[in-house]
Amino acid sequence: MPTKRLNGSEMLIEALRLEGIKVIFGYPGGAVLNVYDEIFKQNYFRHILTRHEQGAVHAADGYARASGEVGVAIITSGPGFTNAVTGIATAYTDSIPLVIISGQVPISQIGTDAFQEIDAVGISRPCTKHNFLVKNIQELPRILKEAFYIAKSGRPGPVLVDLPKDISATYGEFDYPQEVSLRTYKPTTKGNSRQIKKVVEALKIAKKPLFYIGGGAIISNASNIIQQLIEKTQIPALETLMARGIIPDNHPCLLGMVGMHGTYAANMAMYECDLLISLGARFDDRVTGKVSEFAKYAKIVHIDIDPSSIGKIIDVNFPIVGDLKNVCKDILHFIEESGGYDKNIIKEWRDLLTKYKTTHPLKYNDSSEILKPQWVISKIGEILKDKALVVTDVGQHQMWAAQFYPFNFPRQFITSGGLGTMGFGLPAGMGAKLAKENKIVINITGDGSILMNIQELMTCVEQKIPVINVILNNNYLGMVRQWQSFFYENRFSHTDLSLQPDFVKLTEAFGGKGYRIETKEEFEEALKDAIHSNIPCMLDVVIDRMEHVLPMVPGGAPLNKMILE
Amino acid sequence: MEKRRIISVTVINEHGVLSRISGLFAGRGYNIESLTVAPIPETDLSRITIVTNGDAKILEQIIKQLHKLIPVLTVTENEDFLEKEMALIKIPIEEDIASIEVLCRAYSGHVANANEKYIIVAITDKPYRITSFLKAIKRFNPKEIIRSGVVALERY
Repeated sequence: MPTKRLNGSEMLIEALRLEGIKVIFGYPGGAVLNVYDEIFKQNYFRHILTRHEQGAVHAADGYARASGEVGVAIITSGPGFTNAVTGIATAYTDSIPLVIISGQVPISQIGTDAFQEIDAVGISRPCTKHNFLVKNIQELPRILKEAFYIAKSGRPGPVLVDLPKDISATYGEFDYPQEVSLRTYKPTTKGNSRQIKKVVEALKIAKKPLFYIGGGAIISNASNIIQQLIEKTQIPALETLMARGIIPDNHPCLLGMVGMHGTYAANMAMYECDLLISLGARFDDRVTGKVSEFAKYAKIVHIDIDPSSIGKIIDVNFPIVGDLKNVCKDILHFIEESGGYDKNIIKEWRDLLTKYKTTHPLKYNDSSEILKPQWVISKIGEILKDKALVVTDVGQHQMWAAQFYPFNFPRQFITSGGLGTMGFGLPAGMGAKLAKENKIVINITGDGSILMNIQELMTCVEQKIPVINVILNNNYLGMVRQWQSFFYENRFSHTDLSLQPDFVKLTEAFGGKGYRIETKEEFEEALKDAIHSNIPCMLDVVIDRMEHVLPMVPGGAPLNKMILE
Repeated sequence: MEKRRIISVTVINEHGVLSRISGLFAGRGYNIESLTVAPIPETDLSRITIVTNGDAKILEQIIKQLHKLIPVLTVTENEDFLEKEMALIKIPIEEDIASIEVLCRAYSGHVANANEKYIIVAITDKPYRITSFLKAIKRFNPKEIIRSGVVALERY
């Protein structure tokens, strides 16, 4: 490609075009004025003006999670950047590919405590996969290319490009690299064959093998191959919060979600298995419970593209570094090459787990007096099934959504798992809707979470993004209150949120549609109306105040010690 | 079991790379006993020598996390390193210089500077030998002591 002479802002626009970016999210300000001027002049991509920088980054994140592509957000320097940090950290913890462009004060002013100056590269270092401060216009094309490459390759993550204002106006030669080759960064994508053969040998003789599927399965687009592996072997599987949707909800081998609020069958399987095969999971503390008791009878296989995940929490017998999809293909191949798999060997194990599933299903006591949150989620699932993407905020509602929605495909469930960011749902839902316009996007939220980014209703209305928000409203910061109930003798310190805005009026004030719901009939009617209305909606659902998320493994307890009632 | 370890890291010599490394140690609660850094001649690389301590598991994490940083080229640990450290010690001129010189010679050091108030002695040796030297020199009332931190090179 012949080089062109462009200024920094034009280079950025051109790079976004060459990367095939169709939508970006952002908020202008002094340090990115030059960039915004070029955004005004172009028509390659759509720019969504959010109403807060945190919203912009979560929206880019939701877009990335729903589409599997890189999400892009643009923000200004100083407070614009600091507002974005929670969004960046959220994406970092869940390994979501983002490129964040932040404005910076001109190079001559860096370090002078200039107006709206903050050390963005310094602040974002621990919560980005990598970051750049552009100090020379000639570096900009290479940096942008590397930013996209680093964001999406290996274990994905957010990459920040901090762009000083003068660079965005300086001219230079634009020669966008076709390829990236970094001598210091070469992710391993192919697993070690000898090691994989050993795993297959272990798998063939294990009496109680178990697949432990994590968010890496979604990132690696490994759902199909994992399903094939399960079809072939009938080995039971469980999913982490981040992996919901990898295995269809009604699949007989699926034991449900594992961990603090996992199903009885999944947690018991984890405790009793003799071979644990981790597929892109990272042994998070919300999954393992007490580490010394975790899967203590099992040999452990850990497949992960990030070597630093392996052996970090749990000592493993079979470490395999590689892209999950490739490794699973190899596992399948070696099983077939070595004469297939004898399913009879795990019959007793499967019978035991089926018994656990039948004797201890997820349950709740429904009521005719007051709506139960689990009923609400089940009803949404019944009405929308595969037609919806489900986005959540963080808290009890998130766990109920993970437990009770019948997820059937990967990227159907979008939630802030690692960082647990309240306020994620609404903006992430916007991004998800823009990525998958033919899906209905439901944001399951709580009365605490929704107020943390409620301003994005304005963006939804302005940009005609019909996210349906369902508040499971218990007038409490429910999950914290649940801990106070169980572990702090009901001292509900600052978790009572009884004083609330009128969510119906509030939504109407933004130009959306609100519903106050107290009965099952009202709920069904409102949800159907919301789906047809095709504008941003808020269903304020009054639920049982004292409902708990169960089962629950208390923090630091082993997985088999669940609170069940 | 906690053990002293030397980790040698080569990095692309670019803006902010040292803060990425020190930030990694600080953010994850790893210890830095000493850290030295300087460019490798005739390359665009720098070599960082870190002395740390921790058990095998922590050390494994440190190495993996260092590898994960984009500008890091190699991480070497557990090698047969030749280690050297330097120390400069400022001592009042009134002290018994003859005895100091004898002591310096025992530790392959020498008087590197002298003025009307102080002498400065320099020694270069293995870190534990420097520690012994510093103990011995105490009786001469050193005014200031500075250690360079360890540099280390694989023997093979």
